[in-house]
Order: sequence, then structure tokens, then C-alpha cells
Amino acid sequence: MFTGTDSYIATRELSTAVNAAVLLQKPLLIKGEPGTGKTLLAFEVARSLGKPLYTWHVKSTTSAQQGLYEYDAVSRLRDSQLADRGLESARINDLSNYIRKGKLWEAFESEEQAVLLIDEIDKADIEFPNDLLQELDRMEFYCYELQRTISARHRPVVIITSNNEKELPDAFLRRCFFHYIRFPDRETMEQIVAVHFPDLPQALLAKTLSAFYNIRDVKALKKKPSTSELIDWVRLLLASGVTHDDLTDLDTLTELPPYLGALLKNEQDSDLLGALKRKGARPY
Amino acid sequence: MFLDFFLLLRQHHLPVTLPEYLTLLEALRSDVAEPTIDDFYFLSKTTLVKHEQHLDLFDRVFGLFVTGRESVGAEGLPDIPPEWLRDAMQRSLSDEEKAALEAAGGLNALWERFRKLLQEQDERHEGGSKWIGTGGTSPFGAAGYAPEGFKTDKGAPGKGSGRALKVWEDRAYKNYADDIELNTRNLKMALRRLRILTREGADNELDIDGTIDRTSRNAGMLDIQMQPSRQNRVKVLMLFDVGGSMDEHIELCNQLFSAARYQFKHLEFLYFHNCVYETLWKDNTRRKDRIPTWEVLHKYNKEYKVIFVGDASMSPYEITAPKGSVEHYNEEAGLVWLNRFREQYPHLVWLNPMIPAYWSYTQSIDIVRKWSGNRMFPLTLNGLTGAMRSLKNPKVTFDV
Repeated sequence: MFTGTDSYIATRELSTAVNAAVLLQKPLLIKGEPGTGKTLLAFEVARSLGKPLYTWHVKSTTSAQQGLYEYDAVSRLRDSQLADRGLESARINDLSNYIRKGKLWEAFESEEQAVLLIDEIDKADIEFPNDLLQELDRMEFYCYELQRTISARHRPVVIITSNNEKELPDAFLRRCFFHYIRFPDRETMEQIVAVHFPDLPQALLAKTLSAFYNIRDVKALKKKPSTSELIDWVRLLLASGVTHDDLTDLDTLTELPPYLGALLKNEQDSDLLGALKRKGARPY
Repeated sequence: MFLDFFLLLRQHHLPVTLPEYLTLLEALRSDVAEPTIDDFYFLSKTTLVKHEQHLDLFDRVFGLFVTGRESVGAEGLPDIPPEWLRDAMQRSLSDEEKAALEAAGGLNALWERFRKLLQEQDERHEGGSKWIGTGGTSPFGAAGYAPEGFKTDKGAPGKGSGRALKVWEDRAYKNYADDIELNTRNLKMALRRLRILTREGADNELDIDGTIDRTSRNAGMLDIQMQPSRQNRVKVLMLFDVGGSMDEHIELCNQLFSAARYQFKHLEFLYFHNCVYETLWKDNTRRKDRIPTWEVLHKYNKEYKVIFVGDASMSPYEITAPKGSVEHYNEEAGLVWLNRFREQYPHLVWLNPMIPAYWSYTQSIDIVRKWSGNRMFPLTLNGLTGAMRSLKNPKVTFDV
């Protein structure tokens, strides 16, 4: 049973979803704001359940076939030209030497049940999820070159993340469990920061969190800072020896937090926050 | 007992299906969850809901199932009519209307009915937002409860004045606001038809024919040929009509825009109002970034496929006559500019969000349709598919 790890705080909601997906052998689709630990979840699930992890990072050019296998015709042609009799030709006649296994195949072949992460599935072509329906449903696919069906020895735990860049087809969604990672509330956030920085003084933690949530409350921000940015920021603060006394001025709205660049990733947002602070500093 | 829950979800138009329900039962039977209401909530959410847009509705239906209490929809509204509404009513209603209001049971009774209506609308969960606002025949219209009634009353105290509709509009669309991706999948699939596959860029594919050919010439010595993979290089110029009568089609146009942005790598888009004249806008507020139409015609060559999106509903003079524009003093008639587009671009279509059955009753639509050579298509999936075919073969037309 997955209940989170020493470095990953999972809400009861999330761990229920993970456990249900593991037990009923369905893929688990994870969505949520960027930086809320979607990708990290697969790593932590694999670690806590003690299973090997296979990660398949999807890009705009990725095709479903690449996750299964690729047949390298060019090297086989080259080899056949250069080969003598005997050993070499045996190698050339065996097609499996020229099949490059994809992540899905590797996960299927794993000796024990594996965790397979399909990261950012929404980055790929619009047809991509449809091409994987059968593979994820039956956990098998047919290899034309070898003329045999590859099926999973142990159905892997499949975790799929999406950033909502494009909509996924209904047929695909029907086969998945779905969990939307909500942005953590203050209480959960305190736990999250605490597992990363056990030595963080309580006063500083409270200050950083209020500064952080204040920034998140600014509605006009293009990209709100998320958990991973908060962690980076706290790390910076600690490394540079900032104490909670340095952060007291933030409440009076006259000063920008130090190392703001760790929290806000585009200049419009930084400008906006600066302007807000200046407005707050005005005497009238 | 969970069948009731399942049916309740379906009643509220959450797209849950039987296999998912069976999965939920299976999950409940396993020892994943403890038999608590919280765990049942988590489990049913992860098995039944597939879109974060549905989460809010699911939460409310779940609450309804658990408590047996109807809380969907109107919780944003107070139980009694707020003060500002009373004030506004007093000020903007004539005596006759006030009498009618009393006859209908007074403001409190109306308010109750209003709340009920809101609930029903929210449950249907579609763009029914006009229902109350424009329902001139509904008691609300008759009693002056139309948005217009409040617009005239800007001075009324209270933040809500002038935006009565917003109270629940905010509610219903809350989850959709930043998610225009919704429902665009079908549009994307339709737009996909417009493909011009060319080989450009890096060599990353084995060219089998070329390899066989070169190898044979090479006396059997292998000479491997590579080629770039085929990719869609179609160039598209989209011109959107914005403002005025297009406001009611804004949702659809947003979806089209979002789908097109995704589907076409070489997409340029510009904005106009009603008809194209000597300048176009790069910005949909049509305030800044004007660009002379001549510059557009010079910049984008005839390889570009041009898609106009507009309802073409205006006064005919706005198209046919110089100085006919509603907004400015145009030296040349809109039709002159339209003709320049037609001469330049052999592949163009006009997408019209209006229903085709009404096209013949609006003179300006007729003019534009004739100008396009019957290449005006309705902004529906079928229409879009036809339009994409027409962009490849101009002989494809749409007949009403």
C-alpha cells in the first residue's frame, strides 16, 4: 500500500487513487498544476513499493510505436552487406537483433511487476493516446517483424501525467483512473516543506509560507508559483542565511521578497508584483 | 445502494458509464479503501470522474447523495432578494409594472422562482445563460428582471448592480474559464483534413525506393538513402470578425481558434469588424496594432489558404458602398477589398456561425456568399470538413 514516502507527502485522496489503480491494474492518469509533483509521484510510488521504474518521456515527435519497439532496417542492411558466412549471417538472420525495445516492451518483460511512467502524454500528437488503447488495456501488442505477440509477464503499474495541453480522447479516459492533484493547502504545504527541510526554523517557515501564499493570491499573475518553486526558494533562502527577521517587512507590503526570481518565472509577473508593492508603499 | 448514486450522477449529466460503475464496485469490494464515507468519496471520484471540469459538479452531486439535500446551483444567491435589487426595482419599474409584480406574488415569490430556475439551469450545465436574461415571456422579463433593466441603473448602490446574471454565471463557468481545450478535439480532427504533406528539414527516414535505386546502380553495394519525413506544411491565414453581432458566437470562435492554433504550424490570424476594409487588426480588441490590408496582401502569397470567420450579417451598404462602414470613413467599398482577396488567394472559404437556413434572409450574407462563389460554410463539424475540402479543391462548394 502506498501512503507517501519520507520525501513525498501524499494526501489520503491521492494514495487511495494510487492504491486503487495498483490493485485493479488500471492506468492512473494524473493531472494538476505544473510543479505539484505529478512526475515525482511515479518515482515515489516505485520507491515505496520497491518496484523497478521505467520512464517514457513523451515529446511532440514521439509516436506510440516508439514506446513499443523500433525496427532498425538500416543497420541490418549495412550488416548484411559487410557480413561473411557463419556467425555474422546468423546474427543478420535473427531479426530480434535489430529490434530496439521501447519502454513499454521493457516494462512488459520485467521479471517483477514494474512501474511505468508515461510522462506528459499531452505533448504528443492528438492520435497518440488512441494508438495505445489496446496496449494499455490488454497489456500486449503484436510485433510484426518477429510475428509474435508480446504480452506483459506482470501487468505494470502505469502512471500517466498530463499538463492539459490537449484534450485526451474519451475512449482513452474510460480506461484510466483519474486524479487531479489540487494545489496543497497551507497545512499540507507545511508538511511538504518540512520533509524537504527538517531543520527549517518554525518562524521562518511561517513567514515564507505567508509570503508564498500572498504571491499566489495575486490574481493577475500569468504563472503562479507552485510547490517545486517554493522548495527551490526555501533552499535559496536557507543557503543565503536569510532569517525570519529579514522577511518581516514583507507584511507591510513595502518590500519584495528576496530571490523573487525563484518564484516568478516571467518578467511581467515580477513587474506586476513590483508595481503592487510600490502602490502599497504610497502614503495616500 | 450505489446504483442510486450512479443514476444520480447520470441525471446530472456527468458522463459516467457502466464499466466505470462496475470498476467502482470492484474497487469497493477490494480492500483498497476503508468503509468510510471519505474513502468512498475518494474512490468514486477517481474511478468515475475523468475531467477536472466535472469535479466541481461531482462534488455537489456527491453532497446531494450523502445529505439527500438539494444544494446544487443557487447557493451563491441569498435567500431573500438583496437590498440593491429592491432599490433598483423601485427606481426602474413603472407603476404598471409594479402592479404586475404584486399580482405575480410580490418580489419575494419571484425571487424564490428565480432561485429555482437557476438551479434547473445549473443542472443542465450548458450555455443556458440567456434563459433568464432574455426570457421576455418569463415572469422575470415581465417584471423587469432583465439585465437591461439593471444596466440603466448604474447609480444603484451595491456591487451587484448591473450584473445580476453574473452571480451564477460565475458559478457555472468557473471550471471552464481557463480550459478552452474542452470540446475542441472534434474540431481538430476536422481541421486535420487540410494537410499538405511535404518533405522538408532533416533526413530521418529511410527512403526505400531511393536506396534500392542507388544500390542497384552501385552494383549491389549498399547505398543507403535517407529523406525527411512528411509533415504538414500548409499555410493558413485566418481572418476573424469580432465585435457586434459576433459576440454571441464568441464561444464557438474561441474553440475554432484554439483548434486551428494547434493544428496549423503556419497560421497567421487577423481581425476585422463586419467586413474587411483598408486596415485589419492584429489584436482582437481592435484597439492597437493596425495593419494595412495592402500589406497583408503583399506579405502572404497565394500559397496561403484563407479562412474568413464571420456572420456576414450587416447592412448591405457596408459591403457594397464606399463610406458604408459603421466605424469609419472608408474610401473604397468592402466588396472591392473582398475582391482583392479573391483575386490573390485561389483557396479561400468563409465560415459562418449562423444557421444556413437563415442565410438567404440576410442580404449581406447573400452578397458575401455570391462573392465567395458559394464557398461559405456553416461553422459546424460537417461545414468545417467541407470547408477544408474546399481549401484543397475550390470546386467544392456548399449549397444551402
